[in-house]
Amino acid sequence: MAERRSIILNVNGRPHAVDVEPRRTLADVLREDCHLTGTHLGCEHGVCGACTVLVDDKPIRSCLMFGVQAEGKAIRTVEGLADGDSLHPLQRAFWENHGLQCGFCTPGFLMLAAGALQENPDMSDDEIRDLLASNLCRCTGYQNIIKAVRLAAAEMRTRPRE
Amino acid sequence: MNWIGRSLPRLEDPTLLRGGGSYVADRIGKAAAVRFVRSPVARGAILNIEIPPGAIVFTGRDLAAVKPIRPILHRPDYVAIGQPVLPVDRISFAGQAVAVVVADDAAAAEDLADQVFVDIDACDAIVDLELALKPGAAAVHPEAPSNVLVEGRLATADFDQAFASAAEIVTLELRSRRQSAAPLEGRGGVAAYDAATGRVTLSASVQMPHMLRTGIADLLGIAEAELRVIAPDVGGGFGQKMSLFPEYVVLVWLARKLRRDVAWIEDRRENFLASAHGRDQAFTVRGAFAADGRLLGLDADLRSNVGAFSCYPVTCGVEPLMALAELSGPYNFQAYRVRSRGVTTNTCMMAPYRGVSRPMLTFTMERLMDTAARRLGLDAVEIRRRNLIDAFPHRSPTGLIYDEGSYKQAMEIAVEAVDLPAFRKQQQTLRAQGRYLGVGISVFSERTGYGTPAYAARGMDIVPGYEIVDCTMDPSGHVELRIGASPHGQGLKTSLAQLVADELGIDPQHIRIISGDTDATPYGWGSFASRSMVIAGGASKLAAGKIAVKLKSIAARLLEADADSVTLGDGWARVSDSNQAIEIGALARAAYHRSHQFAGITPGLHENAVYDPGGTFSNACHIAFVDVDIETGGVTVDRFVVVEDAGVLINPMIVDGQIAGGVAQGTANALYEEIIYDEAGNLLTASFADYLLPTAAEIPEIEIIHLETVSPESVTKAKGVGEGGAIGAPAAIINAIVDALAPFGIEILEMPATPQRIRDQLRRAGVVSHG
Repeated sequence: MAERRSIILNVNGRPHAVDVEPRRTLADVLREDCHLTGTHLGCEHGVCGACTVLVDDKPIRSCLMFGVQAEGKAIRTVEGLADGDSLHPLQRAFWENHGLQCGFCTPGFLMLAAGALQENPDMSDDEIRDLLASNLCRCTGYQNIIKAVRLAAAEMRTRPRE
Repeated sequence: MNWIGRSLPRLEDPTLLRGGGSYVADRIGKAAAVRFVRSPVARGAILNIEIPPGAIVFTGRDLAAVKPIRPILHRPDYVAIGQPVLPVDRISFAGQAVAVVVADDAAAAEDLADQVFVDIDACDAIVDLELALKPGAAAVHPEAPSNVLVEGRLATADFDQAFASAAEIVTLELRSRRQSAAPLEGRGGVAAYDAATGRVTLSASVQMPHMLRTGIADLLGIAEAELRVIAPDVGGGFGQKMSLFPEYVVLVWLARKLRRDVAWIEDRRENFLASAHGRDQAFTVRGAFAADGRLLGLDADLRSNVGAFSCYPVTCGVEPLMALAELSGPYNFQAYRVRSRGVTTNTCMMAPYRGVSRPMLTFTMERLMDTAARRLGLDAVEIRRRNLIDAFPHRSPTGLIYDEGSYKQAMEIAVEAVDLPAFRKQQQTLRAQGRYLGVGISVFSERTGYGTPAYAARGMDIVPGYEIVDCTMDPSGHVELRIGASPHGQGLKTSLAQLVADELGIDPQHIRIISGDTDATPYGWGSFASRSMVIAGGASKLAAGKIAVKLKSIAARLLEADADSVTLGDGWARVSDSNQAIEIGALARAAYHRSHQFAGITPGLHENAVYDPGGTFSNACHIAFVDVDIETGGVTVDRFVVVEDAGVLINPMIVDGQIAGGVAQGTANALYEEIIYDEAGNLLTASFADYLLPTAAEIPEIEIIHLETVSPESVTKAKGVGEGGAIGAPAAIINAIVDALAPFGIEILEMPATPQRIRDQLRRAGVVSHG
């Protein structure tokens, strides 16, 4: 019914040519047109943060942005976090510290923390807690997520990725 | 090597961390999109449904041959109510699905659904529990003129005597407002139609896949074999996903009718409007206390708002009857009189939510203890010391048998850990400066891992409880464990792998757990009620144990030793007191490929086991420390200590995760989350902006100490631990608020204790006047 636009999205360093309605959210484009279903939708009104991805290195709610607005920007999703077989320090820290249970909110927390640590690798414990209060988790009670991000941040400071 | 007791990182996680999980919305493929048209009003008669031209829309008339969802309790006081999958005439709550739209994609389906006009003759809704019970109130369902769908009563012989001999009678009116389990992933299903066979595969975000298949097959009048149900990765459930919802029945009906794949993924608003709620309860209790603080007897009138319909399969009896049976909690008294009613209203259906009634009954008993202590001049610890059970097995006033626990010990250890005298000093000092700190205790029992006898006692027509596990060791020595339980975030696969690894002497990495697929697993009841570790765990241990026996027999034959002298560990079968050994992989290969050598031993390594235990009680003590801002009414939880006894810990890290997550939900129950309807039955809290889940900013670190009382009632020696955090936390936090505000004599008997409610109390007490 509605008009469609052909755009090329740069996701995890790869071009994705998609043909989408202008009203389609970035989250839907990533999930349904790019077939990257690691980005999850928990509320579709910008509160839960499960759909957080990086757009030009900044964490954003992909349910609150249209796909067409992301044209020409560098998008990074949870699928682009690990380096091949080797997990990102955040992923490893979540694993080792039981920072996930059902795993539904996890991609959003990982991308939120990845973006924030990229911008400020020296966040204090309080800043980390404040940051993580942006997203919702229903399973863990948050402490293991906070702990995982603190430990990953420390590791990333001592061994920055090239 | 012992795997039990180790905090093994979860086997489930690497896939989930890479975004490789397969949740139902990730499995839509080319399915057509389904959107439900929902009633904007809570009560009324459907006059007409106008369908946009050319749209694929079905209404209740099209689905007239589908039977209504009608769960049964065999009790004379139970009124069975049928829930039509789509109603033909009567609207029973705002958000009820009245028509279904099918389109090529979700956006188009939503557009079309907006164009379906449902003409309803609306009438006054019955929303509030107490108003529904008033004489002369209109009936939500004509079958239940009093609006009571289930009513349990009981009185012990010694009841009057206990009250006659009381030195102090404490009466409390308590209220828990309505909540949503709010799993981060909502409900959803993909029904895939196989043109060759006509068979439908329903992938759905559910906790009970086998039950869902039975329920849908019954309602559609098809054989279960015509339907396969898969519960893929599930983004949290907490009870909300264990009931049969009309939407899933409609999905399977649509796939068969249209002979195509159809998918429905609800949005958050639908989840709030039309999934299931919990906790909407009002309790009136009178406790009869002796002068020394002993509770002699309890008189209780328990009212639970069960919403518009009865949930399948556990029925609307789940909250009222559990409240009736378990109100006595960890306390030692026998005189008990109770009336417990489930009341229907024009609101979303009530179904289990983590804790089921026990957060409210623990709140009730713990407020009762604190109030009695104050009146009798005892402290909060001492009155509990005088009342907690300490002889086992303990028989409750309703005849429940408690296995051994550590009720007093858990409290003493918790009290010791927090250094109460030091806190009291600090509290006094800060009060003088206008800061109000408080401490609250909550002691409770958590009945877990109960099998068929417990459900049969409720009169359930469908009696859940047992679990069946199939265990196969393949010729390479790896194991497949097929379970009827259906984990959805608990890490059960890791815990079961640890359990089976110890039983068979192999590495957990070599154990694959298969769950959530009716084609690939034995019939089972899914995961709910803190049961899976105890029951599916028990059956897993028993099934793996049979394989271990077989492996030892084969090893004994090959090594010419006595089977009793063979032990399994680290991948080897060893003969004790000798250096003889053989790899378990070699035994497995022999069991399949050289079975002719082992006369009397069945070829292969395939066993199953059933476990149906009576149940076991976990116990815990929670202590909360809060800081109440009397200007804003805001409460900060500064510290939270848990002493938990869940028997033997299979994976301590996972157990701690269950406790911490439960405490977070319990904190929300105490302080934040509230489903609010207006008088007309419109839902006012249908988003995460209005229904406030706690964030990382609100939940403190949970300090956890474990006790491990070994129960003879659990073959794994583990007790259930899924709900305790949510059960104990609300009472501890509310007790702490009341303690903080003790200088003003303020009582809090309603949850959540929002800033608004606390300020209202402070205003009434004349502490603050403005605002």
